[in-house]
Amino acid sequence: MTSLPSKDITLPKPVPETELSGWGHYPVVRGEERLGEDLEAITQGVVLTRGLGRSYGDASLPSRSGEAVAGSALADRILSFDADTGIVRAEAGFPLWRLNRLFLPRNWFTPVTPGTHFVTLGGMVAADVHGKMHHIDGCFGEHVTALRLRVADGRIVECSDTQDQDLFRATIGGMGLTGHILEVELRMKRIPSPWIFQETERCDSFDHLIDALKEAGKTWPFTVTWADFLNHGSRMGRGLLMKGRWADPSEAPKDLPRFRHPPTLPPIFPSWLGQPFLVRIFNRLVFAAIRPSRGILHPESCFYPLDIVHNWNNLYGRRGFTQYQCLLPDTPDHAAQHRLLDTLRRLRAPVFLAVIKDCGREGRGLLSFPKPGISYALDLPIDERTQSIVDTLNDVVVAEGGRIYLAKDAFTRADHFRSMESRLEAFQAVRRKWDPHGLLRSAQSVRLLGDRP
Amino acid sequence: MKIAFLGASKGMGRALARQLASRGAQLFLLGRDLEDLGRSAADLQLHGASGTVGFCTCDLLQPPTFGPALDQASAAMNGLDTVIVTAGIFATQEELEADPALTARLLTADFTNTVLFCEEARKRLLAAGGGTLCVFSSVAGERGRKPVILYGAAKAGLSRYLEGLDHKFRSQGLRTITVKPGFVKTGMTAGLKPPPFAGEPDAVARSVARAIERGSAEVYAPGIWRLIMLVIRNLPRGVMRRIGF
Ligand SMILES: Cc1cc2nc3c(=O)[nH]c(=O)nc-3n(C[C@H](O)[C@H](O)[C@H](O)COP(=O)(O)OP(=O)(O)OC[C@H]3O[C@@H](n4cnc5c(N)ncnc54)[C@H](O)[C@@H]3O)c2cc1C
Ligand SMILES: NC(=O)c1ccc[n+]([C@@H]2O[C@H](COP(=O)([O-])OP(=O)(O)OC[C@H]3O[C@@H](n4cnc5c(N)ncnc54)[C@H](OP(=O)(O)O)[C@@H]3O)[C@@H](O)[C@H]2O)c1
Repeated sequence: MTSLPSKDITLPKPVPETELSGWGHYPVVRGEERLGEDLEAITQGVVLTRGLGRSYGDASLPSRSGEAVAGSALADRILSFDADTGIVRAEAGFPLWRLNRLFLPRNWFTPVTPGTHFVTLGGMVAADVHGKMHHIDGCFGEHVTALRLRVADGRIVECSDTQDQDLFRATIGGMGLTGHILEVELRMKRIPSPWIFQETERCDSFDHLIDALKEAGKTWPFTVTWADFLNHGSRMGRGLLMKGRWADPSEAPKDLPRFRHPPTLPPIFPSWLGQPFLVRIFNRLVFAAIRPSRGILHPESCFYPLDIVHNWNNLYGRRGFTQYQCLLPDTPDHAAQHRLLDTLRRLRAPVFLAVIKDCGREGRGLLSFPKPGISYALDLPIDERTQSIVDTLNDVVVAEGGRIYLAKDAFTRADHFRSMESRLEAFQAVRRKWDPHGLLRSAQSVRLLGDRP
Repeated sequence: MKIAFLGASKGMGRALARQLASRGAQLFLLGRDLEDLGRSAADLQLHGASGTVGFCTCDLLQPPTFGPALDQASAAMNGLDTVIVTAGIFATQEELEADPALTARLLTADFTNTVLFCEEARKRLLAAGGGTLCVFSSVAGERGRKPVILYGAAKAGLSRYLEGLDHKFRSQGLRTITVKPGFVKTGMTAGLKPPPFAGEPDAVARSVARAIERGSAEVYAPGIWRLIMLVIRNLPRGVMRRIGF
């Protein structure tokens, strides 16, 4: 028999540089993505950890070309679940779709979900994600009980609201800039059945849409609207309101929801399909086709309608797209909302899809995006005008006392960001304390926070 | 099913173990890092494995650990009817050409010691009246190909051995399943450029679980590689000398 010393190769071999980008395919940075099951090993000495790259812009990208980042996708084990408290602990790369599919059949669900389930727990913490339930359940970070983190000096620490609270709260919504999240512990929510009851309503004007959205939030746990912003006439801002709640066991189907594996689009879709006039026709057809409806719905159809095609982002072709997401405080006359609408109309901004959602309380992360008001997520194909469109919209956001969402951003200028973010200094102070040499950084922090590349 | 699993900690092994756990199998994990195995055991438990997922050390580079580990698995589960091996190592042809010690380690792990492990498993399964031995080889063993000469040679030897086992022992109730993955996106291939038909571990796991259920002797995963290798096996040498595949 041949016995050989079992030489352990814990540090991964340097991987070749590839083109890294977020969900919008813009910007693209050449860099090294270190993948491996052993997150402790691969996060040593790198500037950032990314998850499944579902943030749209440059939040998950290396600070400069040629830099290495860790990728958490293979560190995806669930470590414990306590059925009495609902507390789950898992490695940071554990994906939401897996969490849902494991727990829906047991009548538990994530306390907060974004609009796609192809995200990691680490990414959900780092962006402090929000969803259709924000007006009631707040952000994801509110339900996180502890984090295991590799901080800049290489140490591994456990933090929570009672242990190194400053680090904990800066990490929630901190876009990976305070440390590498290794494990996430959170409290799940009990649900009466794994099925959804949903009603869809058409709203023929923008005012009607906003009023109906806010009204629905008083009684429905899940609300969201899809609005048509490509039509720049008087009907601009009409849309569909979706209102949902968990189905009661008495009305839910007796069997469990079946889970499918989504189809994949070819790598790059012919870009002529993404022409504004075709999308306008498409929106019109959708609006005409969707009838007011009510009934039982698959939970994944309710929360992740876009996930039915795996990589629909390829629809936007090689140039890619951005999602501009901002929040504006609201008043009974929705004056700020109208000023945004007027600006979009004046700019003739090619908004392919607009998702509008009312937000509740501010998150507990130092940089969490939501606060009371109305949030707009606007998909814009990238062209020569994108930068100036974003600049103009940011002028409105600053004037109205709103803010933008870092998980989507690729174009905001540093001075605009500083004017929106009164909390920035507190965040930077925590970073300086835990990372005095400025090791942790991303393409986004170079652009917005003045970090060295 | 009572399964002893060597290599469930990572990659396709992790995916396959989860797939089997979700179908209610009983699992016992063999591997080289106890603490890490404990984390995998917890993961598999929550994915639905029956009973308690146990584990013990077994190092593919230490053949004396093979027999005792299988005995421990059998004792913990009160019997054993399936043994799965996904453990293996990979290195590029360039790395292997430059490093004879690495070559020795890879050939030993992927051929000699995998065979020795299977021999221990075979004896125990046959003594229990039969069962399933499912082992991951590779499409790399199907033809002498420039990018995988050494690794492919080890896998070629392994595939032949497994084929022979199936021929000899199926009538005695031992079903040997040879899994031949094509390029699959795991930590093993993380640094390599994926070809157009690169597979996902979860999809491979589903097709291997099906093969274990049916007792198929050979699985290509993703399935398209059966066709690709049919072509490659039949290419004249003159062509193989010229192409880089
Ligand atoms: C179709 C679609 C719908 C969406 N809907 C919503 C929505 O409704 N609400 C919402 O809030 N968001 C939404 N998002 C955005 C998405 O939820 C966030 O961008 C999320 O952070 C993506 O997770 P990820 O695992 O892909 O992380 P990545 O995109 O890879 O990374 C995002 C950020 O998290 C950091 N990060 C990731 N993992 C770690 C880690 N282990 N340690 C430290 N930092 C880490 C990265 O550095 C980066 O700054 C949507 C995205 C898509 C594509
Ligand atoms: N990925 C592909 O494209 C591909 C293609 C064809 C064939 N294959 C074959 O398929 C099998 C699985 O591949 P994969 O991609 O899933 O690999 P992987 O992700 O690298 O996982 C390899 C597994 O082998 C274990 N292992 C390695 N050395 C060991 C040792 N000395 N003792 C015990 N266990 C050891 C590892 O355990 P640790 O946790 O201890 O490291 C790990 O669980 C391998 O046999 C591989 O050759 C893979």
